[in-house]
Amino acid sequence: MSAATVASPPGRPSLAGDSLTLTYRALAHWRRDPGPLAGALAFNILIVLMFAYLFGGALQVPGGGSYREFLMPGMFAMTMLFGISQTTMAVSADAERGVTDRLRSMPVSRLAPLLGRALADMLFAVVTLAVMLLAGLAVGWRAHGGPGDTLAALGLILLLRLALTWVGIYLGLVTKGAGAVTAVQTLEFPLGFLSSAFVAPSTMPAWLGAVAEWNPLSATVGATRELFGNPGWGGEGWVAAHHPLLAVLWPLALVAVFVPLSLRRYRALGG
Amino acid sequence: MEHAIIAEGLRKRYGDTAALDGFDLRVPPGTVCGLLGPNGAGKTTAVRILATLLRFDAGRAEVAGFDVARQADRVRYRIGLVGQRPALDEALSGRENLVILGRLFHLGRSQARARAGELLERFGLADAGGAPVRTYSGGMRRRLDLAAGMIRTPSVLFLDEPTTALDPRGRNEVWESVRDLVRAGTTVLLTTQYLDEADQLADRICVLDAGRVIAEGTPDALKSRLGGDRIDLVVRDARDLATAAERLRRVATAEPVVDPDRRAVSAQVDDRAGALTAVLRALDADGVTVADVALRRPTLDEVFLRLTGRPTERVDATVEVPA
Repeated sequence: MSAATVASPPGRPSLAGDSLTLTYRALAHWRRDPGPLAGALAFNILIVLMFAYLFGGALQVPGGGSYREFLMPGMFAMTMLFGISQTTMAVSADAERGVTDRLRSMPVSRLAPLLGRALADMLFAVVTLAVMLLAGLAVGWRAHGGPGDTLAALGLILLLRLALTWVGIYLGLVTKGAGAVTAVQTLEFPLGFLSSAFVAPSTMPAWLGAVAEWNPLSATVGATRELFGNPGWGGEGWVAAHHPLLAVLWPLALVAVFVPLSLRRYRALGG
Repeated sequence: MEHAIIAEGLRKRYGDTAALDGFDLRVPPGTVCGLLGPNGAGKTTAVRILATLLRFDAGRAEVAGFDVARQADRVRYRIGLVGQRPALDEALSGRENLVILGRLFHLGRSQARARAGELLERFGLADAGGAPVRTYSGGMRRRLDLAAGMIRTPSVLFLDEPTTALDPRGRNEVWESVRDLVRAGTTVLLTTQYLDEADQLADRICVLDAGRVIAEGTPDALKSRLGGDRIDLVVRDARDLATAAERLRRVATAEPVVDPDRRAVSAQVDDRAGALTAVLRALDADGVTVADVALRRPTLDEVFLRLTGRPTERVDATVEVPA
């Protein structure tokens, strides 16, 4: 093949093709450098063990029931939340190393780098969730609902991750280096712990409990507890009665906000 | 296509700062144009606009025959961009980096692979092609980055300070690669703070200051137009420095520059040989011992000093406008 044939017929930017190539790029990265991913998985398992055996004895489930059964749906949602770091760091690292500039100087569809990132992170989220299910089974958690309910619960968990992926992409586009780490942690910790993942909002001061109840994470956790047939926190208000609805609406709302925001931000990199 | 790059009256502001303030440029195909200037002069802004990365406020730009603003995608198929730091995936091999970029330029799978092999060969990276980039030396990274900018044999290649932070050997490697590309017909727009780099590579040099081209020409023309030749004298005894300066002033076309630390005096002259003979004869009659003498063209540093009224070193300290 001569250089001339390469120069001749330009192809056309293709959103699907470009996105898949960039997903492949992320996967190739992980294959070459699996350390950080293995670390993230190990961290998740560690947290499960810590809560199941260390804090579990001290925590009461409202209305009785096994704390580990109560815990695991919270843990599933929590690992989806912690996945944001990976998304934000990857996006911010690309911008910092000039990879984003190179892609923007190439005939690559504008949404493709973002979609490619989202797709790769969703694939890893599926792996993460599978590992978490195994960890849950190992500490005595069970899904008691039918296969349909269980699948629906897993779907809601991944839907939450999809929404959070776009939040992570946006954060990666607006922050740099150490700022990205700070931004993600500032988001992760309140969002994670100010929820019904580990403790019942009814045990918190009223105003804090209300915040925790309305937390998108709590909606997913509440809905999946119902679908898995695990003990919940038994709240009484409107929110508690509409967990499944909120578990769908919250992520969709986040996607509806953060996809356009991210795309706008990506285009605006051109000042 | 008469010009590979055309810029007419480009303007770009960041708040109160004008990064480009009526930037004009015309680069004939197959040549290297060096954009020279201190940090903050607007070099990087100009490159980013021409490489379709940055919108501009006013003016017009064409690259490889297409309008940068209205036909950005067509421009993007015809350019390569090599930035100040290698934009590579450290974890991936050199080959993987190139194959992925080839796919993003919409080459077929096998075509992308073949092109990656070709480029690794050409840039002397065939043996290292399978190793992760993080094991590469600085020079190897830059060469791979150049290769990455060459996937589609660009008509126009933008090199933004391509040898920053490289050792002399790495710089030479990059310079050789750039010369190869130009021989193959690529037009290169090169920004640099290194005057000798522009001297080495560029057919024409544009000197940028405060977002505008303040001088333009071949390196030689620029030097003679703005400097003329210079005589450098070094005297053995520092006490003779004043005498030497006085003798040199009589033949010089500008006030001599005295450097007491080096016991040297330097001045611009018109009649090279005549001036040299006259000044040496006079000093000999004065009984001044001359330790060293040189007749030379001015350096681009001196040209720059004359053009902007500031030495390159001092303006380096100014803050780069974010791009």
